[in-house]
Amino acid sequence: MRLEDTLLKELSEAHGISSKEDGIRKIILKAVKDHVDDVHIDSMGNIIAFQRGSGGAKLRVLIAAHMDEVGFMVTGFDSNGTIKVRNVGGIDGRLLPAMRVEIGDKKVPGVFTWRPIHVSSHERDVKKVDDMRIDIGVDNKDAAKGKVKLGDMVTFVAETVTMHGPMVRGKAFDDRAGCVQMIEILKSGPYPVDLIAAFTVQEEVGIRGASVLVEAAKPDAAIVLETTASHELPQDEDEPDQTSVTKMGHGPALYVMDRLTIYHPTFRKHFEDTADKYGIPYQYRSPQYAGGTDAGIIHISGAGVPTVAMSTPCRYLHSPHIIMNLDDFAHGIDLVRHVLTDLTPDKLER
Amino acid sequence: MKALTKKLVEAWGPPGYEHHVRAMIEEEVEGLCDEMRVDTLGNLICRVGEKTGSNKRIMIAAHMDEIGLMVSHIDRKGYLRFESLGGLFAPTLMGNRVLFENGTVGTLGFDDFWGNYSKALKNNEFYIDVSMGSDENGGNDVGDIKVGDPAVFLREFEERGSRWIAKSMDDRIGCVVAIEAMRKLKDSGKVAHEVYFVFTVQEEVGVRGATTSAFAIDPDIGIALDVTPAGDEIKTTATDTRLGKGAAVKIKDGGIVVPPEISAMMINLAEKNGIPYQREILRFGGTDAKAIHLTRSGVPSGVISVPCRYVHTVSETVDRADVEACVDLVAAIASTADLGL
Amino acid sequence: MDKDKLKEHLKTLTEMHGPSGHEKPIRDYLHSYWRDLVDDFDVDRLGNLIGIKRGSGPEPRKKIMLCAHMDEIAYMVKEVRDGFINLHSIWGADSRINLGKIVIVHANGRQIPGVVGAVPPHISQYKEGQDKYTPLDEQWVDVGMPAEEVEALVNVGDLVTMEAVLLELNGDRVAGKAMDDRASVASVTAALDYLQTRAHVWDVYAVASVQEEVGLRGAQTVAYHVHPHVAIAIDVTMAQQPGVSGDEYPKLGDSPVIDMGPNFHPALYDSIVEAAKRLELTAFEQVSPGRSGTDAWSIQISHEGIPTALLSIPVRNMHSTVETVSLKDVDRTGRVMGEFIAGLTADYLDTLQWKTEEKESAE
Repeated sequence: MRLEDTLLKELSEAHGISSKEDGIRKIILKAVKDHVDDVHIDSMGNIIAFQRGSGGAKLRVLIAAHMDEVGFMVTGFDSNGTIKVRNVGGIDGRLLPAMRVEIGDKKVPGVFTWRPIHVSSHERDVKKVDDMRIDIGVDNKDAAKGKVKLGDMVTFVAETVTMHGPMVRGKAFDDRAGCVQMIEILKSGPYPVDLIAAFTVQEEVGIRGASVLVEAAKPDAAIVLETTASHELPQDEDEPDQTSVTKMGHGPALYVMDRLTIYHPTFRKHFEDTADKYGIPYQYRSPQYAGGTDAGIIHISGAGVPTVAMSTPCRYLHSPHIIMNLDDFAHGIDLVRHVLTDLTPDKLER
Repeated sequence: MKALTKKLVEAWGPPGYEHHVRAMIEEEVEGLCDEMRVDTLGNLICRVGEKTGSNKRIMIAAHMDEIGLMVSHIDRKGYLRFESLGGLFAPTLMGNRVLFENGTVGTLGFDDFWGNYSKALKNNEFYIDVSMGSDENGGNDVGDIKVGDPAVFLREFEERGSRWIAKSMDDRIGCVVAIEAMRKLKDSGKVAHEVYFVFTVQEEVGVRGATTSAFAIDPDIGIALDVTPAGDEIKTTATDTRLGKGAAVKIKDGGIVVPPEISAMMINLAEKNGIPYQREILRFGGTDAKAIHLTRSGVPSGVISVPCRYVHTVSETVDRADVEACVDLVAAIASTADLGL
Repeated sequence: MDKDKLKEHLKTLTEMHGPSGHEKPIRDYLHSYWRDLVDDFDVDRLGNLIGIKRGSGPEPRKKIMLCAHMDEIAYMVKEVRDGFINLHSIWGADSRINLGKIVIVHANGRQIPGVVGAVPPHISQYKEGQDKYTPLDEQWVDVGMPAEEVEALVNVGDLVTMEAVLLELNGDRVAGKAMDDRASVASVTAALDYLQTRAHVWDVYAVASVQEEVGLRGAQTVAYHVHPHVAIAIDVTMAQQPGVSGDEYPKLGDSPVIDMGPNFHPALYDSIVEAAKRLELTAFEQVSPGRSGTDAWSIQISHEGIPTALLSIPVRNMHSTVETVSLKDVDRTGRVMGEFIAGLTADYLDTLQWKTEEKESAE
């Protein structure tokens, strides 16, 4: 699979910080409308696309991937025209010095200021985001307010490019990669099962969009498409935190457990069996350092939903430059297509 | 009751992997209930009695899972790192043994024992040793164990006077209370309400089983049966309960403020039936009641606890008399038509 | 709402005792106070009070929920020793303020006043020192009774609340306990009062919610129970005061204060700012980039998702017995809600649709 053949470049370069996913919705609606029977936006802002199944199995499967990305929100202005922000979602404070950003719908360019090393070399503690400021090139508060509004979202600036072979680089693959996988899955439907494809909002601020899916969708099973960490930097082999979590190029990663979910054993086995049957590589994500996915709320919604999460391994998540392997990404699409085609009710029993 | 307790506490059942415990309980309650089913998450739901005009639908939950750990990484030398399944505390780990589902026994060690034995350690500084011998590179042969395999502590049940000591009293003793109460109701034939005894899953990782089963059952009243940390360990300030002083009736913990009419109902029934009880406030913690009481439009809920020393260790210690008091109180609630609510 | 009437209402509300999970006195009082302002009442199973004021539109009418919590931070009896009482914080209490204050022990149907004993400086300077606030575990309530009598009267789990008579500060401002969040409850009363003389199409569900301070619990069940189409949560927010400065914080008198962020629906936000403008008020805009920590956080994800907004009343000295608010802020917040509700049309929900160019062109 080549970068140019997917929507990945367009979607990952678009701006869509949690609760401000409008730009992403626009692209996705256009991409899916000819491949689904119905599409609507719910009151949270989730896109819910329905694709009627072709078979008699009558199972309803919810697939979810989140549209939002992490970033910052404008919280105030200094008299000298610099801008105060707070982060939306989890961001490592060590990334901020000298970072380039774009602010608001007009994409006003700005930079995080940084005290020159000549006067700050003794400062080793990471500054809190409250103590960082963005400079947009103006000299007073009124001028700043003329360009940027309170509450405007601040986005990383990064181009999506091919690095080498299947390795691509860009921002917001978490989780636009999952969104693109879902679009590709819808394109090659219908499947024997009914598909409810949910492009969710606000995952990064507490899996909020996914919290409202199950009541309306009433699914028999759910699949969450995500990205997950691949930590392959060289490490001391005697250090306790030496797991790479996943390995790039070893296929999509399934989950046994993360902080919010213990994944459904038989449904998970169906993924394994399907991958083995069609010769699709897959790996398990180590339970170590495993935060959570939209599955965390989906699987305990209502009377419970058998749920599996599958992630494309990525390096440097939540940074402006995420690296991903397009082969892993493509294998993930392939696996879910087969999983849906071969899904029968006995695969969901305990 | 002792034989049942021994059987259940020695069973293997980390969160999400309660199938062995469920099978044992299914066998035990067969014939004690009117209906039995297993839901999506693996909760075992047993109904006793029926909903008539004015009686209540009561959900009584005891969790089947126990704290455990899961292999997260196997290093080059064949030592295993792990994530905790539920609240695992570093001081309880060193030298302890854990059991995998395939029967493999592991030993817990920590990094540089001789250099660090007097220091406060973190969970991620511990590892599991499952070596069955050396592999070709001189490392540990780990057999069939792989990343993602769960394990639980390995320890036998002990009896010392009226004290019972074991791993996973939390919350197999709650399961015992539920089963014995079901037996009592069967014997007396006095069931005044539609009572759902729910043996829940995944309590230790965030009351997940109770969340889905309470939604499905939609009860009028919820009751969790669990252990509670005893306040009679040395210098314990978080709570005031004592072993042997009776069933602990919850007033409040980190997960619920028990509605005063629910705790009053329990206390009244205890006094009326001569069942020893004590009032319990716990500064932290939570039980299945945390999930049940926030279900749908809200479910008035309470908790009946067995005071327990050394919770979340291999030597969770309860007093038999307290267990009996809990059984009597649960049976009294299920068989009293007018609960005054 | 008439200022004296509002002050009297707030005085009654804040001087009553209703800790999380034990809000009955407040519920009973509001049930009688709102009787003339609403058409009907409901109480959900967690104890949330719901006053229903029917709209004039044809059925089925849309529902808006106003939600302010009526619980307050307080303590419970943890232990009785030698006739002295040790406390357990139900949640969020700032025990640093306790020494030398009067508390009320609610035991056996009685309200027993006690003092939190303060060791005099003559002794403390030699003993524990005076440079650290006394931790709760070392604070003891003295009810001035013989030990046996205390033991007989007081049980573990009995409630202990602070005594705080409403204090008027220079006319418009008042100080007392439980302004968080009964000042907001009073603003809901003011909104209902405003709507007595204004027609409205939608049904209004005025909620005094329970158990906010222990984890937004009442809002979770009441949102499920009422299932509104739109909701406004009302809570207090930190006002500028010594030690709290910067123009991110409103001053007393800056209301209406409205929050933006993931917890809130942007189009709903705009309509409320618009309603304030109709009353010639400028909204103070606050940014909340994540978990708002208010009932709004629970409400937004109930059922299939509920468009939610948050209005805040600035307060000084939060979580103390001298929480200070401006009556003007309480009244204004109520009027803004009333005006917003009066302006709701039958098809207002359409304006909350998430717009995209793609969707617009399809229409």
